[in-house]
Amino acid sequence: MTGNFTTHRMPSYLEHQGKYTGIRAWILSTDHKRIALLYLYSQLFFFLAGLVMGIFMKLELIAPGQQLMGPQAYNALFTVHGLTMIFLFIIPGLAASFGNFMIPIMIGAKDVAFPKLNLFSWYLFIAGAVIILIGIFSGDGPPDTGWTFYAPYSLKTNTNVVLSVFGAFVLGFSSILTGLNFIVTIHRMRAPGMGFFRMPLFIWSLYGTAWIQLLATPVVGITFLMVVADRMLDIGFFDPAKGGDPVLYQHLFWIYSHPAVYIMILPAMGAITEIIVTFSRRTVFGYKAIAMSSLAIAFVGYLVWGHHMFTSGMSETARLVFSFLTFLVAIPSAIKVFNWTATLYKGSISLEPPFWWAMAFIFIFMIGGFTGLILGSVSTDVHVHDTVFVVAHFHYIVFGGAGIAFFAALHYWYPKMFGKMYDKKVANLGLIGLFIGFNTTYMPMFFLGYLGMPRRYYDYLPQFADLNFLSTVGSWIMAASLIVVIVNLLRAKKLSHQEMDDPWGGRTLEWKIESPPSLENFEEIPVIDSEAYELKTK
Amino acid sequence: MEQNHVAHTDHFDPVASKIGMWLFIFTEILLFGGLFIVYSVYRFNHQVEFHLAAEELDVTLGLINTIILLVSSMTVAISITALQLGNKKLSLIMVAVTIILALVFLVNKYFEWGAKIHHDIYPGSEFLMSLSKGDMLFFGLYFFMTGLHAIHIIVGVALLGVVFVKIKNGSVNQNRYSLLENGGLYWHLVDLIWIFLFPLFYLIH
Repeated sequence: MTGNFTTHRMPSYLEHQGKYTGIRAWILSTDHKRIALLYLYSQLFFFLAGLVMGIFMKLELIAPGQQLMGPQAYNALFTVHGLTMIFLFIIPGLAASFGNFMIPIMIGAKDVAFPKLNLFSWYLFIAGAVIILIGIFSGDGPPDTGWTFYAPYSLKTNTNVVLSVFGAFVLGFSSILTGLNFIVTIHRMRAPGMGFFRMPLFIWSLYGTAWIQLLATPVVGITFLMVVADRMLDIGFFDPAKGGDPVLYQHLFWIYSHPAVYIMILPAMGAITEIIVTFSRRTVFGYKAIAMSSLAIAFVGYLVWGHHMFTSGMSETARLVFSFLTFLVAIPSAIKVFNWTATLYKGSISLEPPFWWAMAFIFIFMIGGFTGLILGSVSTDVHVHDTVFVVAHFHYIVFGGAGIAFFAALHYWYPKMFGKMYDKKVANLGLIGLFIGFNTTYMPMFFLGYLGMPRRYYDYLPQFADLNFLSTVGSWIMAASLIVVIVNLLRAKKLSHQEMDDPWGGRTLEWKIESPPSLENFEEIPVIDSEAYELKTK
Repeated sequence: MEQNHVAHTDHFDPVASKIGMWLFIFTEILLFGGLFIVYSVYRFNHQVEFHLAAEELDVTLGLINTIILLVSSMTVAISITALQLGNKKLSLIMVAVTIILALVFLVNKYFEWGAKIHHDIYPGSEFLMSLSKGDMLFFGLYFFMTGLHAIHIIVGVALLGVVFVKIKNGSVNQNRYSLLENGGLYWHLVDLIWIFLFPLFYLIH
């Protein structure tokens, strides 16, 4: 790589003084780094809100019978918890925050292809969130359908479904535009010499994600509009009384919402790859296999939605085909895990906090993946369908997988984004607490589900009491550890520039520039003359 | 926000903006794709009712609107070529003709919908509720899909209006015509969707 990076320091993007001051310098900025932070803060806010709701749900389930709330309040709570966590935290996920920050830097560009569109996407994100919030606090009360809005109940309930569904539609639009922006950026803005197969693997995973966002989201968008039309214009697309077919709703919903799981997890896998490479201090094992597995997941992930509907009424053939395709997705996922392990082999591993977070991710994601196989095979799925087993599996993948990877990425890139370093010991302690708390919360739910405890009820039979109590205690440990983790990040201290520019000995472009980066990232666009992960430390 | 990106304003990549537009068009096609799936499933489930309901629609009006949109696609294409060749005046006239054709389309649509509503055929009407499930679905789909298409026409008119002003004040010109080209692409999309809607609702018997 050529190009001189450290002649003199420019003001960082955090200090840069533009036309606007105060809050307007943020909400009117088209700088991808500032937009990334806008996403990061809003997502963390929604995450904490969703967390509080989760804690209350667990509190209700601490013992059989009614503790805090009745069935209606509980139904509303799990619906809003799902809406918040899924649509406002984990679907924008790592792509909107870390992707926005890192794509231009990692491919050697000054910004994304359409900076104004990028800011507009964030506005849409906030608009969608506000619409959902209004829906929760106005009209006839928060929706109680579950985040899936299954018809015909979503057409019949008196609660405020229309606004929530419409909010989700607006959020989908935001997601589409972000994906579009990323695809064009990756195609058009790579620095000279940065071929597709020289891009860091985080970028590959975001590329696959962007295509899913672009191609899957419109389908659920139109489906949500049809629900709105059903409720407001009385059309009856999904209402059996008017000839509609509720199972068709499920198909259309899952055609998006299964790939959406890969929108959540693919960037997470990409970030984990970056972390493992950096802390193994060697180049990645199986670069092309990992890059291609991202695209394979994006592609095959499209064809497996039926596995959500094994008990909804589908032909035997359809169920077997969907089951088979579901097993196929396990292959590219496993390719990633094996390649991570192979990268660690004979590496000179440095045991910094982000590395431990990545290890926690692999462990938890593996359990999530294996229990996914139980759900993917038709016969076992029929047994555990609609039990808390499904809830446990989902949280192992989405919270334990994507969520933990979100925090892993935050610990990894925090010095780059803010030029500060957190207390590493506290970060590790927080992770240990979270790991214990997480498994104490969700592991019992596998057993409960297997024993037959249904999900989405505020009450349960007395024989499930002990494991539920354990699970609730786990949720307290988890929440306490998360507070430790976040407070620790907020208390991070400024270090000297020399210590901050490249604290981990990174092998990708973002570690070759200043921390925090200057407004335009690079003084001059770098020319890349080495393979991925073979950049020399300066 | 401009000053933040001094370096970007002079860096303009027409290829990027064209790729972006094509990607956006994919998403639009998928948006309608969801509706086409719903249409096919319900047509399959209620074949006789769909067949009879389709005979209620006015093929002549539909055909006129099809011709209007096809011609407007041509005029917008002429406008792009004219601007590329430096004929600003012709380009402006052709954009204006496109907009006028779009408005004529909407007026036709208004009369068509008006006649249906006058005959008490609209989603949720008592008369429609008394008909078969297939009829309810057919007219539900008819109003929803042509309505969504009409919204796209309105967005297209607004977009072409902006393009018209920008050609006039010269910020869209012979050397930098991406916006016009993208507006044209969008207009072809709107046309294309109608080309599928017309036979699905009016012609299949």
